[in-house]
Amino acid sequence: MPAADELAADPLEDAYYDYLLRLGDDALILGQRLSEWCGHAPSVEVDLSLANMALDLIGQATHILNNANNGDGDELAFKRDVLDFRNCLLVEQPNGDFARTIVRQLLYSTWQHLLFQQLAESRDPFLSAIAAKAVKEVAYHRELASEWTVRLGDGTDESAARMRDALDWCWRFVPELFEVDETLEEMIARQTVPDPRSFEREYRAAIGDVLAEAKLEMPADQRPILGGRRGHHSEHLGHLLAAMQYLPRTYPDAVW
Amino acid sequence: MSSDWPLWEVFVRAKGGLAHRHVGSVHAPDQELALRHARDTYTRRLEGVSLWVVKSTDIVASDPEEAGPLFEPAEDKIYRHPTFYDIPDEVKHI
Repeated sequence: MPAADELAADPLEDAYYDYLLRLGDDALILGQRLSEWCGHAPSVEVDLSLANMALDLIGQATHILNNANNGDGDELAFKRDVLDFRNCLLVEQPNGDFARTIVRQLLYSTWQHLLFQQLAESRDPFLSAIAAKAVKEVAYHRELASEWTVRLGDGTDESAARMRDALDWCWRFVPELFEVDETLEEMIARQTVPDPRSFEREYRAAIGDVLAEAKLEMPADQRPILGGRRGHHSEHLGHLLAAMQYLPRTYPDAVW
Repeated sequence: MSSDWPLWEVFVRAKGGLAHRHVGSVHAPDQELALRHARDTYTRRLEGVSLWVVKSTDIVASDPEEAGPLFEPAEDKIYRHPTFYDIPDEVKHI
């Protein structure tokens, strides 16, 4: 372990680096998941909506992971193994049906929007710049996911049932978004990132409002599933990485 | 799914001061999602600053069969173009 004063001196020391990986990996993995819909969405218009969100997120990931690795974000994206990823478990969950994809998006984008609004005010120049740029993209993701939630929840019997199933599936991954561990404690103490617990109440109220409009009940709290921030992932992430990393790992010199 | 959705015509204003121009159409279940789909389909490359969508069935169109009586009478009325007239040199502000 480096000494404490050394930690503070190096902007890319452990806590900061770890935090960049969390933000970057969230965006990368959710972007990859959404891109799996390409060519399979319920309509060509929805196909484009999902692909646009995927591209926004992969763009964010590119900036963040490049910053974390001296300009070489590709190395982090394509050369790391599953245990080294720091994304939350919510974003790696399989697409499932369209309802589950929308619920996952609602739960993540609402959180990301609240976080990035505050992060845009960070005194860390990189974090404030990336958050200020991305917050408009994320606001759109949140609005789109909210509108689809209302239409599917307040749609047909089948769409409402699928939304209830999707909420049941995704809800246990929400507590991880508000978990404060050592990395986050360190970053909060330095006043460079907000404490997510400070907007947890607002988050629940916002989700509750959308679900009420969608005529869906707020799911009951379940036993939380944690661990993504420490590299303890579900089996699903390995499969995602196998597809995402196949080409650069098989043909290391490939360019595109 | 999309085959059940009504069709919407999409109009994009490329920049302030220009008129909205018809660019194509999208399927969507309602007007809010029609705007979203129009945004995601037609403004991905900085094409515009404003969007209109209107249900295709709300557009009243001229009948192609009537194109003759409707439009051909204008063909020989070249005096309706301002360029038809010679402006006298004495007229300064026109």
